[in-house]
Amino acid sequence: MSNDLTERVISVIAKTQRIPREKISAESTFEELGLDSLDSVNILFALEEEFQISIPDEDTREIRSVAQMIEGIGKLVAASGSAS
Amino acid sequence: MGLRRVVITGIGVVSALGHGRAAFWEALREGRPGIAPIEAVDCSQMRFRNGAEVRGFNPEAHMDAREAGFLDRFAQFALIAAREAVADSGLEFTPALRETAAVVTGSCVGGQSTQDQGFVDLYLEKRPRVHPLTIPKTMANAGASRISLEYGLHGPAFTISTACSSSNHALGQAFWLLRQGAVSVAIAGGSEAPFSMGLLKAWEALRVVSPDTCRPFCRDRRGMILGEGAAMLVLEALDAARARGARIYAEIVGFGMSSDAHHITQPSMEGPARAMRMALSDGAAPPEAVGYVNAHGTGTPANDPTETRAIREVFGAHADRLAVSSTKSMHGHALGAAGGLEAAATALALHHGILPPTANFTEADPECGLDVIPNVARRAEPEYAISNSFAFGGLNAVVAFRRWIGM
Repeated sequence: MSNDLTERVISVIAKTQRIPREKISAESTFEELGLDSLDSVNILFALEEEFQISIPDEDTREIRSVAQMIEGIGKLVAASGSAS
Repeated sequence: MGLRRVVITGIGVVSALGHGRAAFWEALREGRPGIAPIEAVDCSQMRFRNGAEVRGFNPEAHMDAREAGFLDRFAQFALIAAREAVADSGLEFTPALRETAAVVTGSCVGGQSTQDQGFVDLYLEKRPRVHPLTIPKTMANAGASRISLEYGLHGPAFTISTACSSSNHALGQAFWLLRQGAVSVAIAGGSEAPFSMGLLKAWEALRVVSPDTCRPFCRDRRGMILGEGAAMLVLEALDAARARGARIYAEIVGFGMSSDAHHITQPSMEGPARAMRMALSDGAAPPEAVGYVNAHGTGTPANDPTETRAIREVFGAHADRLAVSSTKSMHGHALGAAGGLEAAATALALHHGILPPTANFTEADPECGLDVIPNVARRAEPEYAISNSFAFGGLNAVVAFRRWIGM
C-alpha cells in the first residue's frame, strides 16, 4: 500500500480524534489508541470525505486496527479509481 | 412510608443573563434583560432580529474538545448547569445514593442545530452523508444521559418533551418520584438551544415573535423573544438534606398539570386554572398564602390576558394582592428550558426575599390588570409561590414552592 495513502489515513485519524500524529502508526490497534465504536464511525465518516468513497457497513464491522483500515481504504480507492 | 418533603439544595443556570447562577440572579434582581441582536444565525432576511442568547459561550472552557464534539449545544448547557447545581448543593454521590438517583430533564427541540446542519449538508451542500454523531447529538435525552454518565447515576433518567411546559413537567415528575420515596435524590430541570436557521424560520412563520423586545402584560407588547440555556436543580428529601446540613433554597410542595383539550395553539383559561388549582391542592397550599406567581407571561397577544383571567379564576379577590412577574422579559422564552429557568428564579426569589420584576414594562394592558412588578424588583417574603408553564398543544404544568423558614 502506498505511503501516501497510509499517511492520509493516519492524518485523518489524528485530526478526527485529536490524537497527536506521532502517536499513531500503521501498526496501531484501536484498543491501543483508546478508540471505541463511536470513534470508529467518526473516523469512517472523515475517511469517506477525504477519499470521496462510500464505505459499506459490512466492510467496517471487523476493523480493529489502523492497518485494516488502510487496507480497506486502499481497496475501495482502487475500485473507485478516484485516488488523487 | 409516608410522603417525604422535597427541598431544593442546589441550583445551576446557563442563560442569556450570564454564565452561572450568580449572574442569573444578579440580572433578575436588577431587572436587566439579556435580549440583543441574534448572533448565531443571520436574521437579516427575517421579521425579527433579537433573541436571548447565551453569549460568549465556549464549551471547551468546560470540557475537552472531543467531549464537546459529542454534545449538541443544548446538552452542553444541560451538563454545565447540572455540574453547577451539584457543586452548589455540596452533595456527595455515594454508591447507595447513585443506585436510585434520578435525572429528569425537559427539552422541546433537543439537538435542533445538529439536525439542521445535517439537513444543510444533505439538501443544500448535496453531500452524500451527514455527520455520524447526528443521532446521539440530536436525541432530546442527550442532556439527561450525559448528566447520568457524569455522576454514575443508575436510577430513573428520562426527558419530557411538552413544548414550553417540558421543564415543569420534568420538575413535577422528579418531585413526585422523590416525594413518594422512589428515588434517593434528583437532578431535574431543562435545557434548550433553539437558535438554528430552520427553527427561527419556523417561529417566524408562526408570527408570534416580537420584532423588538418582550413586554409581558403591556398594552404595546408585540410577542415573545426566544431564549436559550439550561437550569438544573438538585432535589433532595428534607430529612436527608437536614441530616447533612445542606443549605436549602426552598421547598417544592406541589405539582399540577392539565390539558386544555381545546386548540393546538390557542390557550384556554380553564386549562391553566385547572393546573394551578391542582398544584395548590397537591401542595396543601392555601391560595391566600401565595404571594408570588412566576407567570408563563410570554408577551404574546394570546397568552397574557388568558393567563391573567386564569389567575383571577383561581385566586379570586386575592389575585389583586398577588405579585406576578414574567422573567421571560429578561431571559427570553427558552421553550423546553423555560420552566427550569423560572423554577430557579422562583426558588432564588424565595431564598433572597426579593421578587424579580417584569422588565421592559411600559404601560399596563387593561386586560392584564394584575400587579406585575413593573421594571423594579421588590422585597417580599411570601410563604408560597407558583411557577406557571403553558405549552402549545394546550399542556399546562405548574410547580408550587414554599419559602424555607427552617421548618
